[in-house]
Amino acid sequence: MAVVAARELRDGEVVFVGIGLPNLACNLARRTHAPNLVLIYESGAVGAVPDRLPVSIGDPALVTGSLMVCGMADVFQLLLQSGKIEVGFLGGAQVDRYGNINTTVIGPYERPKVRLPGSGGAAEIAIHARRVLIVSKLSPRGFPERVDFITSPGDRVQRVITDKGVLEPEGPRGELVLTALYPGVEPAEVQAGVGWKLRARPTLAKVDPPTPADLRLLRDVLDPQGLFLKS
Amino acid sequence: MQDAVARFVRDGDTVVIEGFTHLICFAAGHEIIRQRRRDLTLCRLTPDLIYDQMIAAGCARKVVFSWAGNPGVGSLHAFRRAVEHQGTLEIEEYSHFGMVARFAAGAAGLPFWPLRNYAGTDLPRANPRIKAVACPYTGEALATVPALNPDVTIVHAQRADAQGNTQIWGLLGVQKEAAFASQRVIVVVEELVEERVIRGDPNRTVIPAMIVDAVVVEPWGAHPSYAQGYYDRDNDFYVGWEAISREPAKLESYLDEFVYGVTDRAAYLKKHPGLLPRLKAKTQIAAGVNYGF
Repeated sequence: MAVVAARELRDGEVVFVGIGLPNLACNLARRTHAPNLVLIYESGAVGAVPDRLPVSIGDPALVTGSLMVCGMADVFQLLLQSGKIEVGFLGGAQVDRYGNINTTVIGPYERPKVRLPGSGGAAEIAIHARRVLIVSKLSPRGFPERVDFITSPGDRVQRVITDKGVLEPEGPRGELVLTALYPGVEPAEVQAGVGWKLRARPTLAKVDPPTPADLRLLRDVLDPQGLFLKS
Repeated sequence: MQDAVARFVRDGDTVVIEGFTHLICFAAGHEIIRQRRRDLTLCRLTPDLIYDQMIAAGCARKVVFSWAGNPGVGSLHAFRRAVEHQGTLEIEEYSHFGMVARFAAGAAGLPFWPLRNYAGTDLPRANPRIKAVACPYTGEALATVPALNPDVTIVHAQRADAQGNTQIWGLLGVQKEAAFASQRVIVVVEELVEERVIRGDPNRTVIPAMIVDAVVVEPWGAHPSYAQGYYDRDNDFYVGWEAISREPAKLESYLDEFVYGVTDRAAYLKKHPGLLPRLKAKTQIAAGVNYGF
């Protein structure tokens, strides 16, 4: 997933990096095909070049050697709200048929079954980044027909990168459809991890497997402790 | 620290201990727990482990926040228990930008702040204090959040002079806005410096003495959070918190040993031998600039 997500990023783009797997994907892209990727973290680091994979998005390694460090009012107003961010990268506990993301509650808001962390910067990333990418592992609970709570609306979602294939929005309502499969995966396996009747493009693209160099970078350099690669 | 908390933090107060991952003043949080403050409204973008501890200790009536998790690790379990099972904790929830905008309004002396957010999200449904307004110039609909003016804000920083002129570098979070929005401000620093050090590099001053009520010198006062150039984040502690906070009994014994069981920060540090070699920051000095005219 991290490798496929990294391939979505073009050299020179300005990307707003979220916590977890997106963080890994952006740092992989920066060390492979996109050395001029500008990583912006909501903590205020602009043009970060972290020497170690940041455990959190407020890691001190994001500051050392970055191009700019600003307060969070500047991050959200001058950079994000004003439209300077090309790519926003989000994960989520639940993603629905229209790419809406829930990171707030499972169950009713007033009496939640599971209280999730909440929006953080995700709501504004989903609204203001020009292109939104989602990285999330497939499961019927993780991909319900409708999310229990819309934390981040799916309007600007362009790709949903899962562990078995890639989904993209189609049609006027932006319904997610299957567009690409990982090697050796059948469409039925993707359907098994999605809680609605998933439509597929007539011709499905094949996703290239990670190169040995990608895997070496991920496992030996970027995340040797398996912080984000555990799943 | 004892004096500052005793004088400036009162039962029922709206309290802000800010710092985005960086410079979170655990020392102040622990002192508030020790002095058994009650009915506090605790505001922060990320409640983090410190509010998890304060919730577990019974200090909080309400939490105002935008992301309540243990970054890169998992949950704040005392917070979750209070919200999911006990219903003992009131919450008021925004996005990060919403919280930032609330502090900005409070700091600027405005009643609210407009933002182009929340279209298509369920957040306004969950929080009726997020409202909308029509722009008087263009007519477009904007979301609004109310000003946040805390009774007391506690800011951890690298250094200040005795008057409270405070300098921060590295991640700046919303420290400046939170301090300017607050009725009372306590600054806690790694190092007390002469006024000439502050005057030598005035662009680095984030909080001026005129809004500061107390300066506390407390080296390592942010641990397990960090202070850029002083010590690294104690990520092992954050990872270990998952197991502690998951079990109420373990959390209770953590508080007994490391909060109630010590009189001050110096005693807390004695219980954490080896922090210095493990977390001391590497050196990367910024070149100076010419401030002359």
